[in-house]
Amino acid sequence: MPDNLLFAMEATLNGLTAGVMYALVALGFVLIFKASGIFNFAQGVMALFAALTLVGLQSGQVPFAHLINAIFGTRIHHFGWNMPTLLAIPATVLVMIGLAILVERFILKHLVNQEPIILFMATIGLAYLLEGVGDIMWGAEVKALDVGLPKGMSGAVDDLTFGWFGYGFYIDRLELWAAGIAAILVASLTIFSQYTKQGRALRAVADDHQAALSVGISLRFIWVLTWSIAGIVALVAGIMWGSKSGVQFSLSLIALKALPVLILGGFTSIPGAIVGGLIIGVGEKLFDFYMQPIIGGATENWFAYMLALVFLLFRPQGLFGERIIERV
Amino acid sequence: MKMTKLAVAFTATMLAAGPTLAETLHFPSLSYRTGPFAAGGIPFADGYSDYLTLINERDGGIGGVPIRQTECETAYNTERGVECYQSIRGDNPLVIQPLSTGITYQLIPRTMEDGIPMHTMGYGRTSAVNGEVFNWTFNYPGTYWDGASVIINYLLGENDGSLEGKKIALLYHNSAYGREPIPTLERLAERHGYQFLSIGVDSPGQEQGSQWLQIRRERPDYVLMWGWGVMNPTAIQEAANIRFPMENFIGVWWSGSQQDVRPVGQGAHGYKALAMHGTGTNYPIYEDMQRYVIEPGKYAGTGEEVGTVLYSRGMYAAMLAVEAAKKAQEIHGVAAITPAMMRDGMANLEITEELMAELGLPNFGPAFSVSCQNHGGSGAAMIQQWDANAGEWNLITDWIESDRDMIMEMVMEDSAAFAAENNIEPSCLN
Repeated sequence: MPDNLLFAMEATLNGLTAGVMYALVALGFVLIFKASGIFNFAQGVMALFAALTLVGLQSGQVPFAHLINAIFGTRIHHFGWNMPTLLAIPATVLVMIGLAILVERFILKHLVNQEPIILFMATIGLAYLLEGVGDIMWGAEVKALDVGLPKGMSGAVDDLTFGWFGYGFYIDRLELWAAGIAAILVASLTIFSQYTKQGRALRAVADDHQAALSVGISLRFIWVLTWSIAGIVALVAGIMWGSKSGVQFSLSLIALKALPVLILGGFTSIPGAIVGGLIIGVGEKLFDFYMQPIIGGATENWFAYMLALVFLLFRPQGLFGERIIERV
Repeated sequence: MKMTKLAVAFTATMLAAGPTLAETLHFPSLSYRTGPFAAGGIPFADGYSDYLTLINERDGGIGGVPIRQTECETAYNTERGVECYQSIRGDNPLVIQPLSTGITYQLIPRTMEDGIPMHTMGYGRTSAVNGEVFNWTFNYPGTYWDGASVIINYLLGENDGSLEGKKIALLYHNSAYGREPIPTLERLAERHGYQFLSIGVDSPGQEQGSQWLQIRRERPDYVLMWGWGVMNPTAIQEAANIRFPMENFIGVWWSGSQQDVRPVGQGAHGYKALAMHGTGTNYPIYEDMQRYVIEPGKYAGTGEEVGTVLYSRGMYAAMLAVEAAKKAQEIHGVAAITPAMMRDGMANLEITEELMAELGLPNFGPAFSVSCQNHGGSGAAMIQQWDANAGEWNLITDWIESDRDMIMEMVMEDSAAFAAENNIEPSCLN
């Protein structure tokens, strides 16, 4: 088999796993948009905040230590114990649920019936607030995140492909795990929304707010539920991206990777987020592979948006988005 | 009546405070404690501030005049950096340290016009070495072109003096900063016969899958890195993932701090980087730092970064600024110097090994002297290597010189082009 074809196959495989990582971030956006029509600008920052909280709890860091020290002249930083990962993850989930309750109580409750752009602006404010709170609470230094997920080249894939083609493909084990976790996440979300009372209520709100309210579904509860689920999805994305490159402010910028995925897959479709992620992942890897010798590298940032724009021209609602019907 | 008394008291206070404010030496800090690059900006800003605090607390300032520190947050954003400059330019800033190549490029013409000296230590526009064109910009003790040349000289030493037939890749941050070493490495490739390959990474650099697949395909003998922020640990992690020999992976001095290797854990063991100064707390100055700054709780930030690579760099930048201010006071015979006088101090700065030892920083930085023809110092740097087991950087070479002759040729070409574009008649100010 020609070398170039093998390399292209390897790039495709890596694109698929990278796409899953993008999809993990996009899922959080879809959940909130589907349930409340809000484009949550703070989703990336939520992933950062969740990852910061997880590392802080794992390492026994005292929250707001810098602030406490500055006010009281103390020098506390750590409690002196480490929390096992299996405890730290549920504790972080509780923090994210707490955050969802605060968001509903202090932001969403006051903006009922406002225009989508107002709600969008509110989430921009939330993003900046959460960024600052995260910094003050846990510090801005780079933190290593280790929840026991394997990293590095997958020997099994390397051996298998070497046996087939005489060239071992590279796949990061962390990204293979991410694919598995994303599959479990999507299956769980589907089961939740199809077979539980709360899930059905969530779908009812997503379909028609007024109708859902008229049958006694509490909009406030559904918002807390949605933002809690989005917080849990943000935690999963934060764990996967944080394990890859450490937990630091840049983690919040992964949201930028989710935007083209959403444009492609549609803002209201969970399968769309996954398929959109895969298309973007494979597209950018193959484009870089073939175009790098001609135009140089560093194409990943803009190529995804260009691809999304092309899709937008032909299918504005995205691949799986709800069809836009305008009645005159 | 009460109002009159209050007004008199206020006026008297202002009159008393006025001269005091004027008789301070203003050292502004354009820092970034927020944003995607905060993890690197914080320790630098802390080190810079702590050294100036030390000079105030221990020596009562410079030449008897207290130092006044101000800090402006740039978030490593060029527009905000320019805004910061605009807000402090009228407040007698003795030296501007933009801490960003992007901000530096914007401020070069502005500082020239305003007559305010700028120090871009180990970053910025390399051709500012030519002080006849860049009268107000200084980039001692070394530049990116020096850094690239030092790495190649180090690799020559590792390969019995020949890089013929070797393949060297540069993984660079796709920005003005990251692209700086490319011309030097291309020219050195012609001279030494190695094959050069440049691979860009878009900012911030969290996703480098394509780049490392390319490195895996191309199989370079060495990978050099000009990265910053999250790009660094991501690249080191990816190198570990593809099992690239870590001892053949060498970063510039902005890719060689604790923040870059700690997140990778054991995988970063053996990674190398340039060092333009020493690191760690094993220098006599830290006794004074402990006594006058740390123990009384007068440190900036959390105090946790003391002795780290980027903290040391901030401290080194402050030390060079203080020594330049002393030189300016000596030249002009006045203690309350102006930015123009500070420029003269920087243009005549001489750092000797004896002076470094006297300051409690023996062999911390290279000996060098500044002149109108050379604003870039010696250009020498060391190589450090990360020991993941001990969790520390170890210096593995002495100072390695760069190819200054070749670099000066490039400096003259680039600075001549800048002079022509901006109608500057090259000349020395003193």
